[in-house]
Amino acid sequence: MTSGEMLQIIGESGQAHEDSDPGLEPDFLISMYESMVATRLLDERMINLQRQGRIGFYVPSTGEEAAQVGSALALEADDWVYPSYRTPGLFLMRGARVDQLVANCFGNDADLCKGRQMPVHYAFSEHNIVSISSPIGTQIIQAVGTAMAMQIRGDKSLVAAMFGDGGTSSNGFHSGMNFAGVAKAPVLFLCTNNQWAISVPIEKQTASETIAVKAEAYGMPGVRVDGNDVLAVYRACSEAAEVARSGGGPTLIEMMTYRRGPHSSSDDPTRYRGNQADEWMSRDPILRFRKYLELGDLWSESQETELVERKKTEMNDSIKVAEAAGQPALDTLFTEVYETVPPHLRDQYDQLVKNEGTGHEPDPDAAFPL
Amino acid sequence: MPEITMVQAVNDALREEMRADKDVVILGEDVGINGGVFRCTADLLEEFGEDRVIDTPLSESGIIGSAVGMALYGLRPVPEIQFSDFIWPAFDQITSEVSKMRYRSGGQFTCPMVIRTPFGGGIRGGLYHSQSPEVYFTHTPGLVVVVPADPYDCKGLLKAAIRSPDPVLFLEPKRIYRAPKGEVPDEDYIVPLGKAAVPREGTDVTLTCYGSMVGIALEAAEQAEAKGWSVEVLDLRTLLPLDEPALLASVTKTGRMITLQEAPRFCGFSSELSAIVAEKAIDVLEAPIKRVAGFDTPFPYTLEHVYMPHAGRVLKAIEDVMSW
Repeated sequence: MTSGEMLQIIGESGQAHEDSDPGLEPDFLISMYESMVATRLLDERMINLQRQGRIGFYVPSTGEEAAQVGSALALEADDWVYPSYRTPGLFLMRGARVDQLVANCFGNDADLCKGRQMPVHYAFSEHNIVSISSPIGTQIIQAVGTAMAMQIRGDKSLVAAMFGDGGTSSNGFHSGMNFAGVAKAPVLFLCTNNQWAISVPIEKQTASETIAVKAEAYGMPGVRVDGNDVLAVYRACSEAAEVARSGGGPTLIEMMTYRRGPHSSSDDPTRYRGNQADEWMSRDPILRFRKYLELGDLWSESQETELVERKKTEMNDSIKVAEAAGQPALDTLFTEVYETVPPHLRDQYDQLVKNEGTGHEPDPDAAFPL
Repeated sequence: MPEITMVQAVNDALREEMRADKDVVILGEDVGINGGVFRCTADLLEEFGEDRVIDTPLSESGIIGSAVGMALYGLRPVPEIQFSDFIWPAFDQITSEVSKMRYRSGGQFTCPMVIRTPFGGGIRGGLYHSQSPEVYFTHTPGLVVVVPADPYDCKGLLKAAIRSPDPVLFLEPKRIYRAPKGEVPDEDYIVPLGKAAVPREGTDVTLTCYGSMVGIALEAAEQAEAKGWSVEVLDLRTLLPLDEPALLASVTKTGRMITLQEAPRFCGFSSELSAIVAEKAIDVLEAPIKRVAGFDTPFPYTLEHVYMPHAGRVLKAIEDVMSW
């Protein structure tokens, strides 16, 4: 396949293209679907929490569930992931719990990151999911460094570097692709091309015909896949993973999808793309996969109802657990800047407690603009 | 004890730490077969192989970014930036990623590495091979910033830095890479991070300095002695975290303070030292604090010798505070 073509297994109608259906086990297919639905429900719930003012900020991934689930399934537990901030489904599938995600968004004492970051900037070392930062693309070259370390140690794992179309303009993308190409490092460069970087459309992001074609210049294969087709994403990622694990080097995978929602809870997309009746808005990856399952008699309305109820109950319980935690302790301001707290930070903490007290309340009107 | 140069001290420290810990890896531009443009990594490729002495593509952000990934996975990378003037493409990685990894992940991930880079003027390098960028990094919580001033400290501090759980920016004053030589013991030793040194004791005025300015400070102190002034030279060695007790103890003892740095004066590291003394020990001061520094200009080529602080300029400052 050349870079310009797009791999698709399931058409919009839910019908698999002739000879392309991989014939995966029913249980596996159903678990794929359940993960996609769980991701969507989590998203909707988090947006509601944000609108209710219970969390300060959120980044929805509505419409990008197939890209998350299909790629996550191609990875092993020992593989490492350098995520972007629009991949909650992948986190859940690697074992992160809903209450951990919610605690992060509350920024409370139960948050693994101790409330130090904005919502959705997760880190789960237990699941080899590296801490997310806000600068775009910095994680891409870091992922390559981890893959080089795996090579140095002789480990047979791989690293997934996840980013969006905007990320392909970053320094980290270029240096990451270049370093990985030279080192033949075991990396999957997973670009979720949702066609918008806040207000900037893909045409203004790059003059390349596709993202996938960029791979050629770095000496690696580039694959373009229908990012709303979970089976196609899964196949492309699995094949690239096999190549990486066997020493064949990195692959760039462009997953074509669409950012149906705003960039974040602070963004109003009607300012730059109107009330879009874009063809992509109706291309729902979950509906498409559900049709596929229904055509194979693997899914029914009653199963759907049961799934949604079960996930919602689980989520409500998790939110209750997460919301019960208090604010992070005051000393978390000063700990973990260094391994041990140096004298000048100890002084600042002592001063804070002694002289200034803790009487400042958060400003209720502070709202994040992006 | 053998006498070696600072370049040899760097080389020895790297070799010994690589022998002791197989997770220590070196990466950078020309560090492999060429042994580094200053020869700091000479012969390491031959001993440790291409897996541990990595010639990278020409990309500073790539060097530090990939070192981050190595550190997170458990290696102990020692990336080299060929000249500190070229560190800016990596500034994002250093200030957004390296320095904040432990904090932002709640301690789940740590990023120990030693970023070695030659800095400072005195080699006829013009604007882009001469600068002193230390304050851009001392303003970044989470980093340790170290500047050695002689071969003994260089080797001991570098070994301590490589063993440190925190990321270290190791600024090597390239003007004194090859001279003077200094005695360095054969056996393993470290110089602890976060501790200043007093290479010359005195009672009239404290002269703070680091890197290649330590030699200038000692020269000026010698000349001052002839005029009857006793100068205490305080070599900071680690800028962040600062050995504040050593600074305050020295100024309390002498009652006067002159700061010496090669970097531009405005918002320089000396400004912070001055502020600390003003806040915590102003009652001991018998004269205003004086700052001797580079000018607030880009670093020049032909007039380098005028730009860089020299003993005469320091002596004038000593005269000023002693006669105030």
